[in-house]
Amino acid sequence: MSALIKSSLARKVVMALSGLFLVFFLGQHFVINVTSVFAPDTFNTWSHFMGYNPLVQYILQPILIAGVIVHFVMGFVLELQNRAARGVKYVSYKGSANASWISRNMIITGLVVLAFIGLHMYDFWAHEMSYKYIDVKPEDPTRYFEETVHKFEPFWRTIIYIISFVLLALHLLHGFASSFQTMGVNNKYSAAIKLFTKVYAIGIPAGFIFIALYHHFNQIPH
Amino acid sequence: MKLNLKIWRQQDAKSKGKMTDYSLGGVEGDMSFLEMLDILNEQLINKGEEPVVFDHDCREGICGSCSLMINGEPHGPDRMVTTCQLHMRKFNDGDTIVIEPFRAKAFPVIKDLMVDRTSFDRIQQSGGYISVNTSGNTVDANAIPINKHAADEAMDAATCIGCGACVAACKNASAMLFTSAKVSQFALLPQGQVEATERVQNMVRQMDLEGFGNCTNTGACEIECPKGISLENIARLNREYYSANLKG
Repeated sequence: MSALIKSSLARKVVMALSGLFLVFFLGQHFVINVTSVFAPDTFNTWSHFMGYNPLVQYILQPILIAGVIVHFVMGFVLELQNRAARGVKYVSYKGSANASWISRNMIITGLVVLAFIGLHMYDFWAHEMSYKYIDVKPEDPTRYFEETVHKFEPFWRTIIYIISFVLLALHLLHGFASSFQTMGVNNKYSAAIKLFTKVYAIGIPAGFIFIALYHHFNQIPH
Repeated sequence: MKLNLKIWRQQDAKSKGKMTDYSLGGVEGDMSFLEMLDILNEQLINKGEEPVVFDHDCREGICGSCSLMINGEPHGPDRMVTTCQLHMRKFNDGDTIVIEPFRAKAFPVIKDLMVDRTSFDRIQQSGGYISVNTSGNTVDANAIPINKHAADEAMDAATCIGCGACVAACKNASAMLFTSAKVSQFALLPQGQVEATERVQNMVRQMDLEGFGNCTNTGACEIECPKGISLENIARLNREYYSANLKG
């Protein structure tokens, strides 16, 4: 067991499992967000539940933040180790001949997604923390829909969100399928799993883009 | 045809190498890449210069000795071939060809294009074998029935010639494809089960000790492998490793 923890395969497992956890969270996040398009009241109810339920706030939220940190730190460690493993660089290296740009540049797409998470936390999470714990304002289960729609009023923020979701899709296109390979899944269901991961990797970020654009073009008066 | 060659020259393991330009005429399309280098070396020797050192042995795609990064790809632009099987008809008159050694911290350059791949030997020695009596009481290989599917997959894995193209192609210089092939060829057979736990643990440990990078599933190794070793072997290695460690 101790050998497993120290091995290169353990680092891969940490990447794969934390990645799968974040992918699962993304799906759950999407399901709640998409209700803001056709059912604002449902969106308010669910958002309020997520914001005030102790299980979500004090257990799931810290686990989620830890998941992001672990995935990022391990990705960065792997990147440094992998660069060092080459030693002297090639004068001519044709990476595009045998591997996709996406698979070779997970660190780039990952860093963009990380920067986006920073902006997203500033936009929504920091606001929530301030509302609840600094300003100590009373609970208002009806405020979430309006606040969310207003966030997408500035064109620049909508564009940044769209670009980030495109890069998230690229990250997931390799990462989601790759995590199954790392966990040793390679059997008769592999083709179906690969197809599912591709549909998910494109579909969920595309859905988020739709939500951002929908609110940008359907603003409600302040 | 006439070619412009840019070749990595390095006096020894400790020296700093550099790319050197050569112009070579009289190259025929039917020549192999190594024969082209032979001609260059003949000319260099005739001029009193030191020939380019490169690895080669069987020259029929079996031994795994020949290496070379050719225009940024291990074993050149062709698929499922080693450098000795690469023909000059794949190139055009006037082409510039960049020739470098396989690059990895675990494959240090010995001289020019020759690299030390004994790190692969050490991975193999750490567990890539089965302990059977081969002196006087040899058991017939066919005494244990093995289903065709498993036998075929084990044979496919066993075709790995340990050339190192997987490491050279991988952006992380990872040796997972090599190690996974060597683990798989035994993991699929009943003869390999006796030492299965120690085998996978020891081979992965040695792979890490040698300083190879971590696999990020780009799939470059599978594309560049001259023997078509599949990524399925890496998934199998992962499964074998997890179950070996979880067993204790």
